[in-house]
Amino acid sequence: MNSADSTLQASSGRPLGFLRRYLFSTDHKIIGLQYFFLALVAVTVAIILSLLMRFHLVWPAAHLPFTSGGIMTPEQYLALVTMHGSIMVFFVLNTAPQSAFGNYFLPLQIGAPDMAFPRLNMLSFWLTLAAFLVMLSAFFVPAGAPISGWTAYPPLSGINDATGPGEGLGQSLWLVGILIFGVGSLLGSINFISTTIDLRAPGLTLMRMPLTVWAWFVTAILSLLAFAVLFAGGILLMLDRVAGTSFFLPAGLVVSGELEMHGGGSPLLWQHLFWFFGHPEVYIAILPGMGVVSHVLANFSRKPVFGYRAMVLALGTIGFLGFTLWGHHMFVSGMNPYSSLVFSFLTLSIGVPSAVKTFNWLGTLWGGKLQFPAPMLFAVGFVSFFVTGGLSGIFLAQPTLDTELHATYYVVAHFHIVMGVAAIFGIFAATYYWFPKMFGRKMNEALGKLHFWLTFAGAYSIFLPMHFVGIAGGVRRYADSTGAMYLAALQPLHLFMTIAAFSTAAAQLIFFYNFFASLNRGKPVSANPWNATTLEWATTWPPAHGNFAGQFPSVHRGPYEYSVPGASEDFLPQHLPEDASAPHDGEQNHAN
Amino acid sequence: MPTSMTARSAKRGSAGNYGFFGDDHGTGGASQRVYVTGMIIALGGILMFFMALTSAWVVRRGLMAPDWESVRWPAILWLDTLILAASSVTLARSRHCLAAGHSEEYRQWWGVTTILGLLFLAGQLSAWRQMSNAGLSLASNPASSFFYVFTAAHGLHILGGIAALLLVAFHSPRHLAPATASRVVALYWHFLGAIWVLIFALLIVEG
Ligand code: HEM
Ligand SMILES: [Cu+2]
Repeated sequence: MNSADSTLQASSGRPLGFLRRYLFSTDHKIIGLQYFFLALVAVTVAIILSLLMRFHLVWPAAHLPFTSGGIMTPEQYLALVTMHGSIMVFFVLNTAPQSAFGNYFLPLQIGAPDMAFPRLNMLSFWLTLAAFLVMLSAFFVPAGAPISGWTAYPPLSGINDATGPGEGLGQSLWLVGILIFGVGSLLGSINFISTTIDLRAPGLTLMRMPLTVWAWFVTAILSLLAFAVLFAGGILLMLDRVAGTSFFLPAGLVVSGELEMHGGGSPLLWQHLFWFFGHPEVYIAILPGMGVVSHVLANFSRKPVFGYRAMVLALGTIGFLGFTLWGHHMFVSGMNPYSSLVFSFLTLSIGVPSAVKTFNWLGTLWGGKLQFPAPMLFAVGFVSFFVTGGLSGIFLAQPTLDTELHATYYVVAHFHIVMGVAAIFGIFAATYYWFPKMFGRKMNEALGKLHFWLTFAGAYSIFLPMHFVGIAGGVRRYADSTGAMYLAALQPLHLFMTIAAFSTAAAQLIFFYNFFASLNRGKPVSANPWNATTLEWATTWPPAHGNFAGQFPSVHRGPYEYSVPGASEDFLPQHLPEDASAPHDGEQNHAN
Repeated sequence: MPTSMTARSAKRGSAGNYGFFGDDHGTGGASQRVYVTGMIIALGGILMFFMALTSAWVVRRGLMAPDWESVRWPAILWLDTLILAASSVTLARSRHCLAAGHSEEYRQWWGVTTILGLLFLAGQLSAWRQMSNAGLSLASNPASSFFYVFTAAHGLHILGGIAALLLVAFHSPRHLAPATASRVVALYWHFLGAIWVLIFALLIVEG
């Protein structure tokens, strides 16, 4: 481990070469960008996989170039399901909101020169990249990628290719990828937590931290505790696969007509370990987005966040409760109904802090001088999707209803809206909002708005009808539902969703174009283009290695002092001294 | 050893003198404190890892599956437990000497701790050998599976601890003050001792 002061040495010494600067950098900002671009590659891959699935669902007999004999087999479909889900969850929804933006902006927002352990930070990124490559390589081994889903339930995942193609080497690679990813996440969260605790600028008390920092902090704690459990479970699963142990594999198991030589293990044990990780994991994906949304809503309502303390408390409560209710994923596993009842109550109770967040977002908007640039639109969109997805969660949280809905598209609709779309709207809000800080220019507004409306309408078009498919009994993970009559009746809805999916994916090309074109051709902006209050705007663009060019800010007030009565402008930056009735330096430290 | 252990707590501007409770330790406090914080956080993760394995053990045992066979654990585990406990005592002794400024004794006790750590590992290896001589391998039955998983996971952590002990002794990172280095290592080492007690208790109660 290496403390942040090596950073300063690096910045004072000779200029670093290209490799040290962009590839093996220990600068949190470069590492943040590395994570960001990794997520961009990952999301592209995962979207393509999902389009293949949507295509196959509607035209199951169509010939595709890469499949054997031209027609996609059910197993190949399941391989797509598995890889799409795993890549999205781990390399997009964990990587972009927390690792990318958290790395870039947490040290800036707390006035620190870097993360607490810069070299460890670099290691975290390289482990994450390695994990991605290892997992992806499962596609290229002879029997292909695993078919057991992102949850990898044994026995299917616990034996070998006797249980299906991809369950040999492919599943092992997947598992190794997850284990490497876990180590990267654990190291990353140690860094996030230590940095937040120890490297805050003078005057930056806990209750003056921006809500983004709170969100990254709580998320890091969740990651630390959750990934440690997944890691343990993953090792046991690996041993079942390769060393002949029987942690998860039951006795008397017959696979493809052959009796497996395993003892009396328990597949449910895996489910418990997995979901003890898995439920916090969904909050790891969404909490950073919640932080960004609070931050952005305040900025563009020109108002303080409504109920700051309640927001902090709600983050903590959601984080804590998130560890107590994993059983709601297992209602149909045959658990004792009394256990179901407890898990159901705990699940419903998480609606309370979620509602606190939602109402406080609305309260922040209420009576504000609203502006609607692209980041604000995406932040409001986030709230919309979060509410929609939370509502379907309440139905799933009832064991009786879940018995009907569990294996259907209803669950797919629920989690895509709340975890997929909402979290990605958080990522978009963050990208449009912080692009000027990261690249010194603004993204194009008109294109941003177009991107928003197409994506907003598109995402609802894909996932709202999906609820009806689920309620009608449309089964999740079936490669072809044209064979059964009651499912075949749902095909028109599937066609609609597929068209919506292709259109929404096409709309993302606008984003990609806007992003890359704006890198060089976007409108150059001042150091604080949104007239914001927090410390990331108190430094120049680009922030030098070491962030504040040796002049570290100290903090004199809370994070969201917008429209303070009697102040000369409608925002009071955190680093502005108390007695500053004099004009402040919000506009002075332009970079170029 | 530690001539390389000069106290060099670098100052880093005004950043980072603000701890969890807002206490300001003044000059360079944070740059040293952050190592201690980092270690405590890391221990939280390691604790969760062992707790997950522990609950897996308790659940698997509770299934009362017919394949569970109670195992007679090698007696050397008792001796090993004593060795690890002793190493915690010598480490505490060493840190005491450091605080009192007796650097010669500090180095001696530090060395003794390292040797005890190595002895512990040797003892664990011989326990493995006795197990396998008795025909109990990783896959023989769930009790032996858990035994190997736990001892391997814990042993690897101990190995890391020994590496840290040696590193501090011979090549301490220069931005790490000796007091900090020894505190961080001690936190880790005592923690692993406690984890071993937990594992050993499990072996006896649940084995
Ligand atoms: C009021 C809030 C929420 C409630 C009551 C709720 C409830 C549930 C329940 C009961 C299930 C299990 C359904 C089943 O498998 O039969 C579920 C699945 C899921 N939820 Fe939620 N949820 C809520 C919010 C969220 C949030 C905020 C996220 C993510 C950011 C999320 C992500 C997921 C995911 C990913 C799954 C499915 C995992 C899988 O089976 O692959 N949920 N939810
Ligand atoms: Cu859940």
